[in-house]
Amino acid sequence: MIKYLLTFLALLGIGYMFFPLVMEFSTPTRLNPLAEAYVSSSVNDLNMPNVVTAIVVSYRGLDTLGEVTVLFLATAGVGFLLRKRNHEAIFRRQGSEILRIGASFLAPLIIVFGVYIFTHGHLSPGGGFQGGVVMASGILLMVLACKEFSFSHNLIHFVESLSGVGYVLMALTGLLLIGFDSFLDPRFLPKGEWLSLFSSGAVPIIYSLIGLKVGSELSSVIDSMQTGGEK
Amino acid sequence: MPNLFALILLAVLSILAAIYAVLTKKTLNAVIASGIISLSASIIYLILAAPDVAMTEATIGAGLTTVVFLYALKHVKGGEDD
Repeated sequence: MIKYLLTFLALLGIGYMFFPLVMEFSTPTRLNPLAEAYVSSSVNDLNMPNVVTAIVVSYRGLDTLGEVTVLFLATAGVGFLLRKRNHEAIFRRQGSEILRIGASFLAPLIIVFGVYIFTHGHLSPGGGFQGGVVMASGILLMVLACKEFSFSHNLIHFVESLSGVGYVLMALTGLLLIGFDSFLDPRFLPKGEWLSLFSSGAVPIIYSLIGLKVGSELSSVIDSMQTGGEK
Repeated sequence: MPNLFALILLAVLSILAAIYAVLTKKTLNAVIASGIISLSASIIYLILAAPDVAMTEATIGAGLTTVVFLYALKHVKGGEDD
């Protein structure tokens, strides 16, 4: 009885805490000054239609670098905890013919779609993170459907390291070419034509590197979840 | 306002899925229900004109998190289920 009373009191307290937030809420009819500056300067500075990508890659590029680092550390932790043990392989039933052929037909299409998402990150919704996860889900489909599917771990780690180094090099190139206070500034390449693939500075290259890095990291996570672990 | 109707429908669906995920006895059903919550959240983001967030939610929330939960479930059970 006293337990239910305490739960009820806790719910009342939470309701009291959030009540002013709900009451004072009103839909804003115009952008606040910061958002307005972002919306106008993403077109003027970078010639980029997707404002979200402009913020993620350019104005808040340092945060993205931190996010990539966090993801790298998380992947390293998963790989360390679930590393391969020398135990006999877990018995898996072979998937049916339809499943295997359907998966091998769909997986390349999914991976190409992921590549499309991150190369067009500055033009259409999505970007490096989303495209990388879509690529990894293609790999996941193959891992789940085909028993004997395996990919080269050296290649995956090579791609991951290379794109990580490439991202940092891109950031440092901006620092060298433009000036003292422009770390992670993508404007050292030409702005290009409005709505063309190679436009808005180095953003497509940076987002492609991020996409490759995220895709290879998540693929190695999926692989270590599938094969690793204690038995 | 068909958008408003869809929003309310998706919100009710995600609340029902959340209650089901807490109350159900089977862990697998709870994982699937949490995937449904993420999926309806991503459709809500899409209706509210935030396609970038919707893509992130659909791929990571509904796709990858569900799969990671399923793998964790497999490891907890000692690898007897595939």
